Amino acid sequence: MELIMAVAVGILFTIGVYLILSKSLLRIVLGTSLLTHGVHLLLLTMAGLKTGSAPVLGGQGETYVDPLPQALILTSIVISFGVTAFFFVLAYRAYQTLGTDEMDSLKGEEQ
Amino acid sequence: MLHATIWIPFLIAVLVPLTRRVPRLHAGWTVLAIPVALFLYFLMQIQGVRAGEYTLSTIPWMPSLGINITLYLDGLGLLFALLITGMGALVILYSIYYLNKRTESIHHFYIYLLMFMGAMLGVVLSDNLMVLYGFWELTSITSFLLIAFWHRRERSRYGALKSMLITVFGGLAMFAGFNLLYVMSGSYSIREIITQVDGLTGEPLFIPALLLILLGAFTKSAQFPFHIWLPDAMEAPTPVSAYLHSATMVKAGLYLVARLSPVFAGQSEWFWLISIVGLITLLFGSFKAIKQTDLKALLAYSTISQLGLIMCLLGLGSAAAFFPGTEESVLYAMATTAAIFHLINHAVFKGSLFMVVGIIDHETNTRDLRKLGGLISLMPVTFSVALIGAFSMAGLPPFSGFLSKEMFFTALLNIRDLNVLEVKSWLILFPVIAWTASVFTFVYSMILVFKTFTGKLQKEKLDKVPHEAPLGLLLSPVLLVSLAVIFGFFPNLLSHSLIEPAVASVHYGLLPPAETFPVSIHFWHGWTPEIFMTLGVVAVGVILYRGYSRLKFLEREWKGRDSLNRLYDGSLVLMERGSARLTSLYMTGSNRHYLLYIFGFFILALGSALLGAEGITLGMSHYAPLSLYETVVVAVMLLAALAVPFAKSRVNAILFTGAVGYMVTLLFVIFRAPDLALTQMIVETVSVILFLMCFKYLPKLKTVKERSGFRLPNLLIAVGVGLTMTVIALAAMGSSPFPAISEFFLKESYSLAGGKNVVNVILVDFRGFDTLFEIMVLAVASLAIYGLVNLRMEPGVSGRIPGEKRENRALLLRSNDVILRTMSKVIVIIIITFSMYLFFAGHNQPGGGFIGALMTSAALVLMAIAFGMDTVRKVLPLNYRMITAVGLLIAILTAAGSFIFGAPFLSHSFGHFMLPVMGDTELATAVLFDLGVYLAVVGVTMNIIFTIGGDE
Repeated sequence: MELIMAVAVGILFTIGVYLILSKSLLRIVLGTSLLTHGVHLLLLTMAGLKTGSAPVLGGQGETYVDPLPQALILTSIVISFGVTAFFFVLAYRAYQTLGTDEMDSLKGEEQ
Repeated sequence: MLHATIWIPFLIAVLVPLTRRVPRLHAGWTVLAIPVALFLYFLMQIQGVRAGEYTLSTIPWMPSLGINITLYLDGLGLLFALLITGMGALVILYSIYYLNKRTESIHHFYIYLLMFMGAMLGVVLSDNLMVLYGFWELTSITSFLLIAFWHRRERSRYGALKSMLITVFGGLAMFAGFNLLYVMSGSYSIREIITQVDGLTGEPLFIPALLLILLGAFTKSAQFPFHIWLPDAMEAPTPVSAYLHSATMVKAGLYLVARLSPVFAGQSEWFWLISIVGLITLLFGSFKAIKQTDLKALLAYSTISQLGLIMCLLGLGSAAAFFPGTEESVLYAMATTAAIFHLINHAVFKGSLFMVVGIIDHETNTRDLRKLGGLISLMPVTFSVALIGAFSMAGLPPFSGFLSKEMFFTALLNIRDLNVLEVKSWLILFPVIAWTASVFTFVYSMILVFKTFTGKLQKEKLDKVPHEAPLGLLLSPVLLVSLAVIFGFFPNLLSHSLIEPAVASVHYGLLPPAETFPVSIHFWHGWTPEIFMTLGVVAVGVILYRGYSRLKFLEREWKGRDSLNRLYDGSLVLMERGSARLTSLYMTGSNRHYLLYIFGFFILALGSALLGAEGITLGMSHYAPLSLYETVVVAVMLLAALAVPFAKSRVNAILFTGAVGYMVTLLFVIFRAPDLALTQMIVETVSVILFLMCFKYLPKLKTVKERSGFRLPNLLIAVGVGLTMTVIALAAMGSSPFPAISEFFLKESYSLAGGKNVVNVILVDFRGFDTLFEIMVLAVASLAIYGLVNLRMEPGVSGRIPGEKRENRALLLRSNDVILRTMSKVIVIIIITFSMYLFFAGHNQPGGGFIGALMTSAALVLMAIAFGMDTVRKVLPLNYRMITAVGLLIAILTAAGSFIFGAPFLSHSFGHFMLPVMGDTELATAVLFDLGVYLAVVGVTMNIIFTIGGDE
């Protein structure tokens, strides 16, 4: 399972980075989204998968999965939500003002 | 007390602006008290230092790095401290009359000057090399500020920058040298390094350290070829030139050489470099001085030359270390004695000469030798001062300069016998060069006095009629030249009190403790070779001076800038242009390029680290079992992700991304992360709504193919990053160099924080600080969105892009679907109730502030979709930014509340309480913190949605 996850993380990163490097702002924002998913799965995979039951004490199992990555990911999910929303509004506002969402056209004039 | 001597100048510097309150009084009078008091303090220390009672005091600063503010007062330090405070007092006294309190910004001047004084004292009293270095650079900075005192002049700024660049360059080299010493000896303390010298000399880094440190000393003391900054530093006000650029700061290099002599003397490199560089500087400076027409420039080159002389003497003196404990050692140590004595003499006569030039400048408004002449009858006192100062500089009896010049010759003649280095025949050049330089010195000293004061007064070339300077201006130079006379007749006033202890510190450890280097300075030794050399200097000098007048030396056009200066200017321009070109080469302004660099570096750094590091194993021994169901989920996720770049329309791209998110949610469920699954699901839903709300304002995706030259590097980098991440994931599984902290969280979650849901406990308790900052980031993001959307555009641009009208909006904002509207009335209430449950259960069951808040937001969004945003606004007239603020406030207050109980920030407590309805309930303050999180997140989410959706 971990092997597959590692490969999946790699693929998510590849697509995310590829999108981030493209010209259109919308693709860039979507790229960061995919990148975030990749990071979350990476964090989760690092600690080992399915090594115990969910980290809620008093449950049936004796062992639990690592709670720390989960806490980190939870934080990250919410933050990336805020940041993605901000990105979107930025893109839309830039388009509204400048009439383009192409990165190269958004670039300022040379000083 | 020793520490106080350094801090007092800084402290008073801070207080100088207060003297503005008494505008009638020149700020200089207040400031003057400091150097006078410090000078008296150091005078009182003479007795103790002579008796060998060295004061040592330490204030710990960074003990773990071996850096402590250790001050140490020995003979050498005391000599310099007296020089700094004594000259400081005289210069400040002089400046009171020199700088007009109304037209000049004297407060700046005194602040800089006091800062310099403190820093310079720090240099000469520090035992710790790092502290010494810090003060050393501080003197460079204050010198920069003082040279640029008249910063409206272009020349001042040029000179200031030049001095700063050159001395700081040397300072950095010295810093590296100090650190090499530290690497070898394990100590920054000079005294400790000296005790370890025997072990150090064989180290391969010893000579590099020596060279680097000498670079610092040579740049600071304006030795050839780094002397070029000193003439340009003459743009500073004359008191500054007299103080920093002749008496004290430029001698810091000499101090460093003298101070580190016990470490490095005995290395032939040390001997040769210092004596030869000193000798070249001596000759070069004295020759250049003759050619100057500006009096201050003449003095600047003369200072360079004299610094070279002292440097050379220190080099010659280091020969004593070749013969520790023998007669010869005493013989060569004579040179060190001469160096120390000349150092004092130079400060005395050069200080007075600078002040004389300042007076001439003040009275005639010019320093140009071609315009001056015949001032003798108008300014008799100034003339006398100049005469004594210049004769002392030329090495004529009966002034103190004569004595040190004689000793200089003696040292040079002695060095001929040095045969350890098997270059005896070459050493004959030393006295020859020195003698030639002395002739030049004689000539420029004569020029200084007689060109200015004798001859014809050229009234037509002066803007005003000169007359004798006021008493206040004359006081300091007169005091100084009287010292030149006193030291000339009674040199032994200095020899036992100051010179002997100073020489002892330079030649530390060369002689058995009971013996000292005998210092006795006499006028007459009989018809020695030295006296004939002096006579020769005078004879040839007089002939040259006559030739100089006859040949109209001054009228000739000398090239304004010599080749070294051109080299400096040229390389500066070259570097500026080169760096601008280099920067514009890669700082293209294209976001994509920057990202390519970042990702490329990422691959290189992490990839090579992973491949190169040892102890990293890829993969783990026990993999979790794999089921078909999970494989399908992963496959669907990857397919959806792969579809995103190929999506032709925006809606598809967004929906594919959303699909990836939902698959990730499923994976969270599989991997036993209920909190994550809940959060991810709601966030994904809200995000997709957000995306759909936003995207209609964005242009359609371009179907135009991007050039392959554009896509190929992108693809390569992307695949590289992906591969690196896969390897990282595998490596992270395989190698764990230390036990994970998670065990602690699992074990202590209930006993320390009273919660069973470990993830939630980590968020609100163990790592509460992270959460606190996180909700702040969210709040900032939501405010930024609010700001961006409500930003008023300039008129004309504000219109939407045509064709992107809001037909779609109606769909989103108000659904006509009766079923949806009816259903949602019920569903919203159910969702909100569920969100409440999630919030309260959070500490012990999956849930918590984040999830509850997102769930509540989801309910509100559903309501908005069903009934329209305006309806929701009417039903719930809430200011969501306010809710965010309240949430943040609750979180911070809860966290700060632990202060009341004397616990650190964010300490939580919990206990069991009997509540009216709920019975025995376990309550934790963490829940209160979670409430803050809840409110903040609801506020943020709803603010974002309503801001974007409600934008007109």
